Amino acid sequence: MDNFLSLFETYDVAGAFWVNIQLTFWAAIWSFILGTILALMRISPIASLQWFGAAYVNIFRNTPLTVIIAFGILGLWGQLNVVLAEDFQLNFLRLAILGLSIYHAAFVCEAIRSGVNTVPLGQAEAARAIGLSFLPAARLVILPQALRGAVAPLGNVLIALTKNSTVAFAGSVVESSNLMKQMIEFQGDLVIPIFFVFAMGFVIIVVPIGLLTTWLSRKLAVAR
Amino acid sequence: MSAQQVLFDAPGPKGKRRIFIGNIAGVLLVAGLLAYVVVALAGQGQFAAAKWTPFLEGRTWEFFILPGLLSTLKAAAVAVVTSIVFGLVFGIGRLSHIAPIRWFAGLVVEFLRAVPVLLMMIFLWLALAEVPFITDPIFVAVVTALTLYNGSVIAELVRSGVHGLPKGQREAGMAIGMTPGKSLRSIEIPQALVAMLPAMVSQFVVILKDSALGYIIGYAELLQYSRRLGVGEGNLLQSLLIAAFIFILINFILSSVANKLSTLLSFRTGRKVKKTADTELASAAPVP
Repeated sequence: MDNFLSLFETYDVAGAFWVNIQLTFWAAIWSFILGTILALMRISPIASLQWFGAAYVNIFRNTPLTVIIAFGILGLWGQLNVVLAEDFQLNFLRLAILGLSIYHAAFVCEAIRSGVNTVPLGQAEAARAIGLSFLPAARLVILPQALRGAVAPLGNVLIALTKNSTVAFAGSVVESSNLMKQMIEFQGDLVIPIFFVFAMGFVIIVVPIGLLTTWLSRKLAVAR
Repeated sequence: MSAQQVLFDAPGPKGKRRIFIGNIAGVLLVAGLLAYVVVALAGQGQFAAAKWTPFLEGRTWEFFILPGLLSTLKAAAVAVVTSIVFGLVFGIGRLSHIAPIRWFAGLVVEFLRAVPVLLMMIFLWLALAEVPFITDPIFVAVVTALTLYNGSVIAELVRSGVHGLPKGQREAGMAIGMTPGKSLRSIEIPQALVAMLPAMVSQFVVILKDSALGYIIGYAELLQYSRRLGVGEGNLLQSLLIAAFIFILINFILSSVANKLSTLLSFRTGRKVKKTADTELASAAPVP
């Protein structure tokens, strides 16, 4: 037991989880921005933008995240000398955030699109019937309902992003899965307790996000 | 309803003209973006013939890409089978009428769904390395981690598939004298399996994608081999792109199969039933 507790003095477990939270936070913001732009492209009436949005989603949704993150460090940084920060570790962190954002933007786009698809056609027809033109109809009638419908799928993306932030390991970021490997390698007798500490860490982060988004999506749901 | 129909009326002459102008602007924007990437890559000499010719040689495919693809497919195929078994066992467990079994299955499934696959993979790899009779701990770790996560997702699919069925199915089973367990096994689960088939095929895409996590613990799969090839030939960027392309191709085919299946099967599940089952399935399936 003393052995186990002393591990927490030697290794900064909370710090490693903090890295995961940072990865998740920034990637969530960037992927939300990028995903919204892509969703707007896909639902616009302009064929070339629709095509681009669809191509982006099909490509990145079907690529393993590990490949994207590995590409960031091996390809972008190693081959093309893309540097996002002077500091070595910060550069890796930002490359991992870039990879996570690019990958999850495809899922954010689909989540928002599925939200638009929950709006019945009658709502748009009613909006036009009372004389609203395109922008007021979109702003007052369609988008508020669409965004409410997108809360649950967006929550699922956020949960997936939180767990996927561990893949930043492939981009040489020292986060929780990386630290767990180090700890187990040095403390082979404590494999199971160490795993449970990290696993419970994720349960503690992920379960409240799930409960919160489910509650939000029920509270905001449009009664039909 | 389709987003197009909700958001836009059929365009008139003025609208058509605007769409046409927007289309040209969009094409220019996309083309400009691609041109920028191409120029930037060419500036770094990434289009030099020497970087691409290795992919025309047989030995590149024979010693790097095909063995890598084979181990990726092997891990994914084994994990697909074991995930289905795991999913059925725990899915039925969650529907059991014996409360402790239900609680236990629920606890296991919820725990496994909240823990990152990579974390389980690293743990299993290091833990199994100590076990004497396991000859290939890396492979076992990859397959087991994929099974535990995707199996619990399939368990959720089974559960929501059964919940999506009309109540009358179960009642009919009881009416002809079946026990709840018998009705579950021979009436509800078979129908739920048909309804959840498209979602399950989509889950195979997740399994195939997540098998690339094996790269991190040193499993010699497609990404790992591509890296070795790229380091050896000095064309890392190109090797990674080829690996990504192969993954995209296979997953794209699987996704198309899932879409085809869901339209093909819609007549079997009936429209009203399908709608509730679909929304339930969509909320149960986690994203990537």
